[in-house]
Amino acid sequence: MKETILEQEILLLKGLARNDKKSTEEIYKQHYNLIQALVVNNNGTADDARDIFQESMVVLFEKARSGTFELNCQIKTYLYSVAKRLWLKKLQQQSRFTEEWNDAGNLVKVDEDLEAHAQKDQDYTLMHHSIQHLGEPCKSLLEAFYFKKKSMQEIAEAFGYTNSENAKTQKYKCLMRLKKIFFSQYKK
Amino acid sequence: MHEHDNILLTEAVERYISGEMSPDERLHFENLRKADSEIDQLVVTHTLFMQRMNRYHEWQKFHTSLNEIHTDLATQGKIDSPALKGKARLAYLYNRYKRVASIAASIAGLTALLVSAILWSVTPKSHNVRIEQLSKNLSSLENKSRKQAEEINNLKNSHGADAKTPEITYSSGGTGFIIDNKGLLVTNAHVIQNAQNVAVASSTGVEYFAEVVYADPVRDIALLKITDKDFKPLPPVPYGFSRKMADLAEPVFTLGYPREDENIVYNQGYLSAKTGFNGDTLSCQIQISANRGNSGSPILDDEGDVIGVLNGRQKDQEGVAFFIRSRNLYNILNEVKEKEKTDSSIQNVKLNTRSSITNLNRTQKTKKIQDYVFMVKVN
Repeated sequence: MKETILEQEILLLKGLARNDKKSTEEIYKQHYNLIQALVVNNNGTADDARDIFQESMVVLFEKARSGTFELNCQIKTYLYSVAKRLWLKKLQQQSRFTEEWNDAGNLVKVDEDLEAHAQKDQDYTLMHHSIQHLGEPCKSLLEAFYFKKKSMQEIAEAFGYTNSENAKTQKYKCLMRLKKIFFSQYKK
Repeated sequence: MHEHDNILLTEAVERYISGEMSPDERLHFENLRKADSEIDQLVVTHTLFMQRMNRYHEWQKFHTSLNEIHTDLATQGKIDSPALKGKARLAYLYNRYKRVASIAASIAGLTALLVSAILWSVTPKSHNVRIEQLSKNLSSLENKSRKQAEEINNLKNSHGADAKTPEITYSSGGTGFIIDNKGLLVTNAHVIQNAQNVAVASSTGVEYFAEVVYADPVRDIALLKITDKDFKPLPPVPYGFSRKMADLAEPVFTLGYPREDENIVYNQGYLSAKTGFNGDTLSCQIQISANRGNSGSPILDDEGDVIGVLNGRQKDQEGVAFFIRSRNLYNILNEVKEKEKTDSSIQNVKLNTRSSITNLNRTQKTKKIQDYVFMVKVN
């Protein structure tokens, strides 16, 4: 019995790591209510619960992608531990920390993962702001090339450049601008 | 020339990072790296940058699928998020609050107490003095969210209504207003929650059948379409929809249907905080005398632009109410367009961005607007 649960969890984590929607949905379905109860029973709203759960899922996603998930720890325990820490942090930030903490779950140590996550989250926000500040057509152009993996030929046509060489020059200039915005605020 | 070199170099670095180089080329590039510290530095920073950019993209995709999954699961009732309806929701909430409330009470009694805890929706119309008195005894519950209090309140009312009124009479109501002159309205999701039939009535009392085309319980926004063939398109919408955040102390006004006699009522106030309850950033706080039935009322600024949709008030503070910012309407409309690809009446909807009544005084503005504010009736 225990074997099969473990195997299932390994499969789910593999699916999660490649952003497979079915696996993500399964994990979501199995654990959402637990995390929601944790947040709601400790001074939070349904909206808070959603935010905290989704952020915990991102931490799990990164963990699964890095391939360092300890298999002796269940997904449930991991998510619960992460969510609890994230929620405590948020409560403290908003100084609405409750003295009575209603909590019944098992916990594992997640300090290192959360530290890494905080850094990644900061980088994510910085990248987001940098891209938002880039303006058009640079934003769409870089997104088309780096995210949608369009060819320079396709980009030249879509953005109205005379040839792919021109598009490449433009892309280069945009990339340099983005890097400049990003690194002007990036702390090592 | 210099720029051209740089373009080629960046391209090489990217191919190097992604492992697209042939072994020979790679060796050559690594030698170049060793020989030239500037190139080495470029490889280091660019690798870091590309990593951040790729992770950004991965997270974005992941966030999108998380949100889709959440909505799906909530709608299908597979998770206990606010899309749950009816008795299941009531039982769930009952269990959840049992410990906090720690009082033996009938379900009706319990929900009544919880409603009084902090905020209640402004949906139902009958005044209940008992609830207000009971609220004083339950300060421990005052931290519970507006949303949950509202949900329970809705449940209580729709539940009671279902039991008492089997005949088709519209029992609870709120306010809605036109966002497209061909008959598309916006109101609060909690106003139409559990509704089987929806009708809207104009300020002159003419009633039209309508249907719910969209409801988001999280943002508490619903879109209604007037389906009645008697409805004739109105002249273009006079107010605009402002994406901007209003400023503190900015005067605001609203029109709605809080009264038993279904007459339209005007009210005014000012923006008192840029966030909603408990720091909610989707909404803002205003000081205004809002009453039950005002749910779904437009909140307008001095320009005659709609800055949001009223959705609740704080129980323990006189005159404190909240509205959902108009910015959300733009997002929601885009989502609906994505979903209802075949419905041309929705595809063509564009929110008016410029108020045509900016230069009128408040009285004249109100006169223009009142034809676009409807009473929402559900059963």
